[in-house]
Amino acid sequence: MLKIILAVIGRDLKLAMRRQADIVSAIFFFVIVVSLFPLGVGPEPDLLRTLAPGVLWVAALLATMLSLPRLFADDHRDGTLEQLALAPHPLGIVVTGKVIAHWLVSGLPLALIAPILGIQFDLSSKALLILTGSILLGTPALSGIGAIGAALTLGLRGGGVLLSLLVLPLYIPVLIFGAGAVDATVSGLGGEGHLSLLAALTFASLGFAPWASAAALKIALE
Amino acid sequence: MLEADNLECVRGERRLFAGLGFRLNPGELLNLQGRNGSGKTSLLRMLIGLLPPENGEIRWQGESIRKLGDDYRGDLCYLGHLNAIKEELTPLENLLAAARLAEENLSEDDALDALEQVGLAGREDLACKYLSQGQKRRVALARLVKEKRPLWILDEPFVALDVAAVDWLAGIISGHLQRGGLAVMTTHQQVDIPAGTVRELRLS
Repeated sequence: MLKIILAVIGRDLKLAMRRQADIVSAIFFFVIVVSLFPLGVGPEPDLLRTLAPGVLWVAALLATMLSLPRLFADDHRDGTLEQLALAPHPLGIVVTGKVIAHWLVSGLPLALIAPILGIQFDLSSKALLILTGSILLGTPALSGIGAIGAALTLGLRGGGVLLSLLVLPLYIPVLIFGAGAVDATVSGLGGEGHLSLLAALTFASLGFAPWASAAALKIALE
Repeated sequence: MLEADNLECVRGERRLFAGLGFRLNPGELLNLQGRNGSGKTSLLRMLIGLLPPENGEIRWQGESIRKLGDDYRGDLCYLGHLNAIKEELTPLENLLAAARLAEENLSEDDALDALEQVGLAGREDLACKYLSQGQKRRVALARLVKEKRPLWILDEPFVALDVAAVDWLAGIISGHLQRGGLAVMTTHQQVDIPAGTVRELRLS
């Protein structure tokens, strides 16, 4: 099972590396959206510190959304998805690999770049650390939940808009606990509780989402 | 042995076929014929288990394919009308990745040998997006060269191939039948498969 997951991750990462424009555009989207806020709101440190967790997290949600429509669409178009579904192991395992690969190219870079962007909002170093941690812990859940939406809207015309309508409401808990962790740190309460809940969300969605996506993919392949 | 019993296919509001059955023994090839839209591809998709039949049952070695699940898929090699190759990867990477994901052992030498047989020697390190339509098809067909799984399901395998490649592929299919393999395929072309028993099924 691990061999299959690693094979899928290896293949998807190789494909992503050959098509770097997709990764780079999502990262730039994140950077630009986050940087617009200090410019628009004005240079008041107190206000920026209050805004920071929400702004960074909403931007991270939207940046993750950008690459979701292509999660299965490319494989569907060229017929590889059929072959994956016909392999002698459950499709859920393949989807697990695809979700992890999606996180590695979309969630992980956001977490690494977030602390630099957080400086614009005058966050303390502790808050920056929690911010990175919360994005690191929360984005796998975004990839997992997003995979369900991507599988359900596979092959539909205008599926991109429908995908956002389906997935964004499901992202709310991740947003609340993710931004909440940073918020609590800024106000001195400590964000550990939020981080634990975020980790729970991530584990639950990584365990459950691939199988739900696999069921949706089978319907799309009929 | 592949058996189909009383299959019925309904797509949308239309019933494409009903009461369809056949039995295919090792060394036999089933050639599906019929007009466009007569349900050939639908029947193939039922045989690979992606499309559940409205009625009826498909059995592999006497057991329902639904029950066999992964065991059946481990015996099955499907070549659709889509090539299932990644444009960004090279032919060699495509073959190796496909084998790894299907849990098959394919060494790099075997893969290179397969590519040479389909006439892609010297192009194995070129991304597939730079290949012509026919060459992409050859990359997809290269999977069959080292294929050891007993049941082949081929949807229009001869499309986009030149005359020499059609003969080559007919030879590959005969070799498979001679080793005791089974194959189901659709084609609009007249192709001679030199060995094995060819049976025809006409959908109308």
